[in-house]
Amino acid sequence: MNRADIGLLGLAASSILIAVALGISLWRRLGLERDLLVAALRALVQLLIVGFALQLVVDDDDPLVFSLLWLVVMHVFAAYTTWRRAKDVPSVFALSLLAYSASAVVTLGVLFGFQVYDLEGRTIVPLAGIVVGNSLSATVLVSRRLFDAAKERRPEIEGRLALGLSASDAFRPILRESLRTALVPQIESTKAVGIIALPGAMVGLILAGVDPADAVRVQISVMYLVLGSVATTTAVMSLGISKQLFTRSDQLIRRD
Amino acid sequence: MGTYPAECPRHARQGAHSYVSRVTAPPVFELRDVYAGPADAPILKGIDLVVPCDGILAVAGPSGSGKSTLLRLLNRLDDPLSGTITWEGRDLADWDPKELRRRVAMVFQQAPIFPGTVRDNFLVALPELDDERAHHVLDHVGMPRELLDRPADRLSGGEAQRMSIARALLTDPAVLLADEPTAALDFAARRTVEDLGLEVATSGVPLVWITHDTTQLRRLANHAVVLIAGEVAAFGHISELDVHDDVRVRELVGAPQ
Repeated sequence: MNRADIGLLGLAASSILIAVALGISLWRRLGLERDLLVAALRALVQLLIVGFALQLVVDDDDPLVFSLLWLVVMHVFAAYTTWRRAKDVPSVFALSLLAYSASAVVTLGVLFGFQVYDLEGRTIVPLAGIVVGNSLSATVLVSRRLFDAAKERRPEIEGRLALGLSASDAFRPILRESLRTALVPQIESTKAVGIIALPGAMVGLILAGVDPADAVRVQISVMYLVLGSVATTTAVMSLGISKQLFTRSDQLIRRD
Repeated sequence: MGTYPAECPRHARQGAHSYVSRVTAPPVFELRDVYAGPADAPILKGIDLVVPCDGILAVAGPSGSGKSTLLRLLNRLDDPLSGTITWEGRDLADWDPKELRRRVAMVFQQAPIFPGTVRDNFLVALPELDDERAHHVLDHVGMPRELLDRPADRLSGGEAQRMSIARALLTDPAVLLADEPTAALDFAARRTVEDLGLEVATSGVPLVWITHDTTQLRRLANHAVVLIAGEVAAFGHISELDVHDDVRVRELVGAPQ
């Protein structure tokens, strides 16, 4: 038997841990019981559905077009989520869709181009999921920061414009800061990996019975993938947003 | 179009009509029926104005009357909703905004301070800045040369404003726009910035200077335009405005009782 073959009984047993959390919430009157239950149930249902759907695309004899279709849906949904979390940023849906797609092309292009992984549903879907999943919060963060900075630091930006700088030159220092802010946490957590945290992919592989040395190699490629994808997505996103903030005559658009 | 003040220098008055043919045209703005501000609630409503003179033109008016809105049109930080503005005989819309803004420089109420030293701030305006030029401009604005490598965020309010004027002068402007440059300063600093403004004007760079301080207006300006509710309430030499029919105009220029 595979070591990671958790039955229904196993699932039920692990849900005791939710009961523990519920107990703490009740005991300390946190008022989080409802949220906890909803979250636990949603995770269960969502993952069961995803598991079922994944079976449709990752079998070796499934045509690759199913996987590609999956990617499209995933990217659109990611763009939609980004839009929901940063609604006031202009053109955020279209821009983030572009950013996620660009990042997928670059990162998956490298991984599959150099045949790090074989090109099949089993690899393309989870890897693309990692790209989007990890880029999402950084993309929302960089969008919000850029947009807020354009409002809060209007005097500084217009000070540069008034000296005859182009919009992109006037905005460059702020763009740089926002990109750094989005990337630094990713770099820090990459540094801490293995010492403070054992990454999920590796834990999953080891639990599923894979040799830890193999699991580590997969994990490293995944981490590099995450770094590359966050960098690509945020770069595309921030360049796109900074174009939206100015008119063609190098004027900072007023949005208040 | 506004009436020309009688005391306006002759070349400038001619300039308003014939600058196209002049080799060194006086820097003249001409606004015709300019509306500006949010499209659903314009702040400026049909401004006709000629800025024909050397020296300092004061822009006075109650807050919300559109003084800053007007000034920001002149270096194209904003564009008007309708109407035309020309500078040196050419429609502002035809100027490359970056080139225009180096010729028509602007200083703000709160001097924007860029990261780094005073020198770093100067380099934003003039990337090829050398020590000689930096010292020259510091001398010009009355700042000690040793401030050049001081972090700019450690300057006092008055020093920061003088630095921002120096920074603007490094682009070699033909006109300087000043949006209440002394409003955030204490009395002593206010006087040094005013003196600097007068000196810049004397050196041949005319200024358009927004102020709500009537003492300052009378100390600096030969001419003033008074805006009320987005319209030109009066325009002319201070002595003309002192005897203007509208009591609001007389108050806004601090006319003697």
